[in-house]
Amino acid sequence: MTLRPFLQQGRPDLPATVFAPWADPNQKPLIRFQNVTKRFGDFTAIDDLSLDIYEREFFALLGPSGCGKTTMMRMLAGFENPTSGRIELAGQDIVPVPPNKRAVNMMFQSYALFPHLTVWDNIAFGLRRDSMPKIDLQRRVEEMLKLTRLEKFARRKPHQISGGQRQRVALARSLAKAPKLLLLDEPLGALDKKLRQDTQFELMDIQEKTGTTFVIVTHDQEEAMTVASRVAVMDEGRLIQVATPADIYEAPNSVYVADFIGDVNILEGTVRATGPNRYHFTWADTGESVTAASERPFSDGQTAHLAIRPEKVQISAERPEGAENAIKGKVHDIAYLGNISTFHVRVAGERIIKAQSANTRRITNRAFTWEDDVWLSWTPTAGVVLSD
Amino acid sequence: MRRAILILVPYLWLLALFLVPFIIVGRISLSDTALARPPYLPQFSWDEGIWAFLSQLDFENFWFLTTDDLYWKAYLSSLQIAITATFFALLIGYPIAYGMARAPEEWRPTLMMLVILPFWTSFLIRVYSWIGILSQEGYLNQILLWAGIIDAPLIILNTNTAVYIGIVYTYLPFMILPIYSALDRLDGSLIEAAEDLGCSRLQAFWLITVPLSKNGIIAGCFLVFIPALGEFVIPSLLGGSETLMIGKILWEEFFNNRDWPVASAVAVVLLLILVVPIVLFQRNQQRQAEEDR
Repeated sequence: MTLRPFLQQGRPDLPATVFAPWADPNQKPLIRFQNVTKRFGDFTAIDDLSLDIYEREFFALLGPSGCGKTTMMRMLAGFENPTSGRIELAGQDIVPVPPNKRAVNMMFQSYALFPHLTVWDNIAFGLRRDSMPKIDLQRRVEEMLKLTRLEKFARRKPHQISGGQRQRVALARSLAKAPKLLLLDEPLGALDKKLRQDTQFELMDIQEKTGTTFVIVTHDQEEAMTVASRVAVMDEGRLIQVATPADIYEAPNSVYVADFIGDVNILEGTVRATGPNRYHFTWADTGESVTAASERPFSDGQTAHLAIRPEKVQISAERPEGAENAIKGKVHDIAYLGNISTFHVRVAGERIIKAQSANTRRITNRAFTWEDDVWLSWTPTAGVVLSD
Repeated sequence: MRRAILILVPYLWLLALFLVPFIIVGRISLSDTALARPPYLPQFSWDEGIWAFLSQLDFENFWFLTTDDLYWKAYLSSLQIAITATFFALLIGYPIAYGMARAPEEWRPTLMMLVILPFWTSFLIRVYSWIGILSQEGYLNQILLWAGIIDAPLIILNTNTAVYIGIVYTYLPFMILPIYSALDRLDGSLIEAAEDLGCSRLQAFWLITVPLSKNGIIAGCFLVFIPALGEFVIPSLLGGSETLMIGKILWEEFFNNRDWPVASAVAVVLLLILVVPIVLFQRNQQRQAEEDR
């Protein structure tokens, strides 16, 4: 394992290593999809897709159901073969290798625990197939039980333990063989929200401890953002964007990604350059103009979308002084979520723009209420200009 | 009170349909054969009283069963035929059930229908029609001769082979249905998980599919074994003189020899033998019900 320092930041005596093998051209990917296409009859599940995943990554495949993310995972496990293209694992083409011969293990969405075997035997199942010596096998199973805090339940059958414990058995079983790659198919889908959040951090801990490469399939964007080092947003068998959670959220490359991840206001309009990386965005609905910064070049008069996250929109009673972009509106709806409040503000008659503010103080009276006249403002860098 | 009535209903049912007939048969088995109508003594009469009646009953017929080796040989032979037939039914039924469970969803009702379809015809007619298939001039021999596989017709009818064919054919659905229901409930991802963890297809079958369909297999085996043990129509229609089955002996005692007391004794012993697998079957069903909960 050679993790080269990618970025040195802060104090030089503390080597702050940012894990980003995808940015290092010398790194060899662990998994390489090369122009992979998968068709089921007329239906194209995966459309000419290429993707590299690196060792020790926690990689999330994110998308709505039917986007092809599960097909990608099943091709890695060996349950499906690509119609065309090549899939490499550590430099070796794995397409002809059957699932039982791959150094890849999978944690199933249903957990697929063997109901007739105890927790212990479930975890030992894969090791027994390798005819591992008894002593080593015992040690390995105990190690896995300890890692997943299941020592007390070793002799129980799957139907005698809780959902959260079953999830950990499934994880222990798939990790027992120390696979090069662990696939997780909606691993937390069956857990309730609270347990899911705890388990997300547990998963990250275990991934760090074992140093295994994880590929997780999920439709829950929050989950993907929490656990993953990189997220691939998929739609209709194609990768829309592959980037770190922060980049996906702050710098989406398309309206689809911006809309899919988190809450967003999307305004339609035309752009006109006013300076280097600076554009004048004219809102099609109202003709109002705002200033937006963009690294991506646009030609004058090009139609574009401006995507602004609600938490980056300030709401105030008066027009803030020195604000470059400010729009007047009326409070249409308020969603109080405890930690934050989301205001739906009607601007220019019809359009709704969402603005969020953190409830940092305990208040009995809200600053704004329904039908109040308010001002919405944001900085030029708050929004992202998108071309499609 | 309501509870008592609720419990009473099944007990009355059992009493009327099981216990009363059993007591009648038991009482005949303790009597002596006689040239009378009905052909056994003693007959109960109010003049002599219950004690005089009971004192005339004895276990002579059961003793008789041990003196003639025909009977225990017939019991053993029945056991052997029933076990062998059950084994073959499992051997044929399991792959059929497996195929049904693996068939595309839209085909399954049709396949299920095909398994149940024979029940729409009388059991007796179906057994008779096997005579037409298995006899020396039967369809099977005609086809084999025509295909040039054999030169002379095979003698199948009136042998034990014909009995095996008859029993396996008749009771095959009872083997298929419980196994199918067990396999149908089997989660396909379990097999994938087993393969993912290093099993070959065959290993996954032995380590996952078979253990998880165990209850279905046990239920199917009992459902074939229990009726096959006391079977008399199939051995008397398809079997020959060598075929020794207790059901056939019972029939002959009853109708040919008109020895009702000995026939009843044979029936009582048969029932006692059957109690063992029936209890085991019930326990299996109960355990399965508990597992499903």
